[in-house]
Amino acid sequence: MSKVLSVSALRKSYGDTVAVDGVSFDVGHGEIVGLLGPNGAGKTTTINMLLGVLEPTSGSIRIEEVDLARQRSQALERTNFAAVYSPLPGNLTVAQNLRIFGLIYGVKSLSARISELLEQFDLVRFRDTRCGVLSSGEQTRVALAKAMLNRPHLLLLDEPTASLDPSTARDIRGRIRDFAAQGHGGVLWTSHNMYEVEEVCHRVLFLSRGKVLLEGDPRTLPREHGRASLEELFIAVAREPLALGRA
Amino acid sequence: MRPSRAYAIALRHFYLLRGSVARFLPLFAWVAIDMVLWGFMSRYLNSVAAAPGHDFVHTLLGAVLLWDFFTRVMQGVTMVFFEDVWSRNFLNVFATPLSISEYVGGLVLSSIATSVVGLAVMLLLASTVFGLTFAAYGVMFVPFLLVLFLFGIAIGIFGCAVVLRLGPASEWFVWPIPALISPFAGVFYPLATLPAWMQAVSRLLPPSYVFEGMRTLVSGGTFSGTALLWGGGLAVVQILLASAFFSRVHRYAVRTGLIARYSAESVS
Repeated sequence: MSKVLSVSALRKSYGDTVAVDGVSFDVGHGEIVGLLGPNGAGKTTTINMLLGVLEPTSGSIRIEEVDLARQRSQALERTNFAAVYSPLPGNLTVAQNLRIFGLIYGVKSLSARISELLEQFDLVRFRDTRCGVLSSGEQTRVALAKAMLNRPHLLLLDEPTASLDPSTARDIRGRIRDFAAQGHGGVLWTSHNMYEVEEVCHRVLFLSRGKVLLEGDPRTLPREHGRASLEELFIAVAREPLALGRA
Repeated sequence: MRPSRAYAIALRHFYLLRGSVARFLPLFAWVAIDMVLWGFMSRYLNSVAAAPGHDFVHTLLGAVLLWDFFTRVMQGVTMVFFEDVWSRNFLNVFATPLSISEYVGGLVLSSIATSVVGLAVMLLLASTVFGLTFAAYGVMFVPFLLVLFLFGIAIGIFGCAVVLRLGPASEWFVWPIPALISPFAGVFYPLATLPAWMQAVSRLLPPSYVFEGMRTLVSGGTFSGTALLWGGGLAVVQILLASAFFSRVHRYAVRTGLIARYSAESVS
């Protein structure tokens, strides 16, 4: 599987505090990789570095062989993201937000692409509705439509289903799986919902204290480490990272 | 640099203006009120205190018009930036291929459009209601506007950098900047009125060359274009310095994670 994202020896420190400590991993085309770990493990710091809004202290990030540090615009043209903590401006309508970000990402035939995404994410009736008055689920669908605008090769999703009801969350997971199944792009997904990680991700990375502690198939990894479920493994990572690291 | 990206930033502001009276009205309402207030003040002063041949409409009202134009240009830049601050949009904007020059280009593009609206309303009111004739300034009126426009852009970019560095609450440092500059710029009085140290500061401010020139022309004197050229050159240098400052602050914000934290409103 060819690589859409290659992260090598990535490190971020603030003075003596190390937030991300020599993390290396990759994401292939058509692959959904879960980036897991307790609060403060370094997931969002890693995502921020991949988005180019946080400069690594050292290490490299390559998006389809384009070095993010040296060719920021070219690398980010291939990327897009949706994060629960970064909603689109609520004072603009769905169509206005999509048009503005479409222009920024240089999307060709933008009007047609917007119509296509509105259909795909069941947003046609909200085309001229301001994003701020939409429900959480609808806002998440808008954020995902924006994240798909440029047909990204790397899609970064930071807790995209947080605060969604189970039905909407399942719908969103289905759309992300469909995106990956097309094989054009890879997905890096963070979530605290181990059920959905097991359902969606082909591979998971457990981060603890800024390091990759475990890596593997979310369906077999718990047994390999003597745990009954991914959730139990997650709790073990949060509470006894050193013991797991030695194992 | 892709112009379509700068256009996207300006288009966003157009959408906001189109959909909000509270945003659209201030483009011309406050400057219109200034024109009315200072127009009547000029008329009154003409009736009680004008020396023969002196017209307060051209010195006082003309000065207010030019100063308000500068203020509109500066706020035209900062308002677009503040919209990103207020809607916590930094992460969405700066995690895109948009470069800093494209972003700043968008701020300037938007400012050109909004300041032209204010200027048109001021010119209309000042000329039709109070008889301000631009023949009094001659062909220099356009360079006057240009120098003030360039300086407004420079101060606007500087203000954005200050807010990016110090956090959302620091916008209150930016709003009063025109009021802080005006005593040094000699908007209403000759620079010779100022003490020497203030005159030294004035020489670094492009508007001071504009207002000195304006008064000279209105009083029938001859005004050296070289002085205005110097003012224009200063303004261009200040734009470059302000852009470099913004770029430096942005680099700091990327290095420290300030931009990501901005979205969480954790910058104080």
